[in-house]
Amino acid sequence: MKTTPLTEVHIGLGAKMAEFAGYNMPISYSTISDEHEQVRASVGIFDVSHMGEFILKGKDATALIQQVTSNDVSKLQPGDAQYSCLPNKEGGIVDDLLVYRLFEDACAEGEQAYMLVVNASNILKDWKWIKEHNTYDVRMHDISMFTGLLALQGPDAIKVLEKLTTIDLAEMKYYTFNKGVVAGEENILVSATGYTGSGGFEIYARNSQLVTIWNAIMEAGKEFNIQPIGLGARDTLRLEMGYCLYGNDIDDTTSPIEAGLGWITKTKKENFNSIETFRAQRKEGVSQKLVGFKMEDRRVPRHDYIIEDVDGNEIGKVTSGTQSPTLDIPIGMGYVHVDFAKVGTAIKIVAGKKRLDATITKMPFVKIS
Amino acid sequence: MSYPKELKYSKEHEWIRVDGDEAYIGITDFAQGELGELVYVEVETVGETIAEGEVFGTVEAVKTTSDLFMPVGGEILEFNEKLSDSGDDEPGLINSDPYGDGWIIKIKLSDLSELDALMDAAAYKALVA
Repeated sequence: MKTTPLTEVHIGLGAKMAEFAGYNMPISYSTISDEHEQVRASVGIFDVSHMGEFILKGKDATALIQQVTSNDVSKLQPGDAQYSCLPNKEGGIVDDLLVYRLFEDACAEGEQAYMLVVNASNILKDWKWIKEHNTYDVRMHDISMFTGLLALQGPDAIKVLEKLTTIDLAEMKYYTFNKGVVAGEENILVSATGYTGSGGFEIYARNSQLVTIWNAIMEAGKEFNIQPIGLGARDTLRLEMGYCLYGNDIDDTTSPIEAGLGWITKTKKENFNSIETFRAQRKEGVSQKLVGFKMEDRRVPRHDYIIEDVDGNEIGKVTSGTQSPTLDIPIGMGYVHVDFAKVGTAIKIVAGKKRLDATITKMPFVKIS
Repeated sequence: MSYPKELKYSKEHEWIRVDGDEAYIGITDFAQGELGELVYVEVETVGETIAEGEVFGTVEAVKTTSDLFMPVGGEILEFNEKLSDSGDDEPGLINSDPYGDGWIIKIKLSDLSELDALMDAAAYKALVA
């Protein structure tokens, strides 16, 4: 199993560890709901170094990324980040990712440089996919093995990080980034991004810098009772926001239009994989949609449970489910036939022999003030 | 991790405490640790007689769902009302006190000889440790 620079630290903290995407990762340190509430109320730190990072540089880097991703990368200025996906040729999704347009000092004149941040489970698949499309002579580097990633999330994240860095965090807009010194370590990339909905930052560093930064953040966060947060709470936090998880809610067979990712599918762009399929889906509509639902029952919906209408006809499948720590009820996401996608529609979730009542609900499930 | 000596254990990580021809059943300390924080316990089989190895209920943790299996056959006499949503509704007792207040059901044993197939504490410890 692969490790991160912090694996020993997690074990030392008594974390429950498990394999995730080939990495030995912390699932929880205390309980998922305590960790969840800590992030919503104040601040928590995640080691998400399993994520993959590719650097793409060249005079046609923009053109290559424009062709392989669904969002419009031409909109990005150096210092901007963007959520996007890699559509395949069958109208599905190879992966979802973040695209960072790096500063011009990262490349020669007339060139553009980007960092793509991809899901750990898809690093090899994405690398091959992008490489296949690289007829532009763009230089590609997989820096995943040398790169660590911390997510500092929650309303007090800024108060913790500003003690440790010269980067102007107050000025940093959502989905932008800057580079600077963090905890004495140089050339650290800090972005105002995250997967929790509670605000905060993601911090990219070299492996050798990661323990120093983690320790400094844990020290600086003491006054906020900062806690390390595992992948368990990462999942409940993202699910309350209705954020998709690759492999659960989106995959090689699901369309971004069906998944509610139309906002990152810029079909007015000139060309990218499956653009005609997505244009047609926009025009003619899709047959299924990813929806959120609240349970009217105490049982928790799980991935692959069947969804039925109230007359017992199969209308879809659950893709994610959990007990929402904020709402204290079970919530889920799943694909249903469009006729049942309207908010307020009563549906049934099939759990073994039982049919559980649920109602289609607007996402995000939780409003963050 | 604790493995009380006076209990018997099943491969499915249930424990049983026998008292005459009745018994209390719960899940082990190991099982609650693997499941994590429990949020709901469902037992709708009170009054039924269920065979060894069959499902008598379900527990929901934040991350996962798990069925509960009879370590031996018997009639379900009682569902711990401290756990039940019609009682105190505190499924977390299974996490905090799996062998005590976190007991799940009380049964009347169908066949005492079925107990012989279960593990003692040492054998169960060897299985999970």
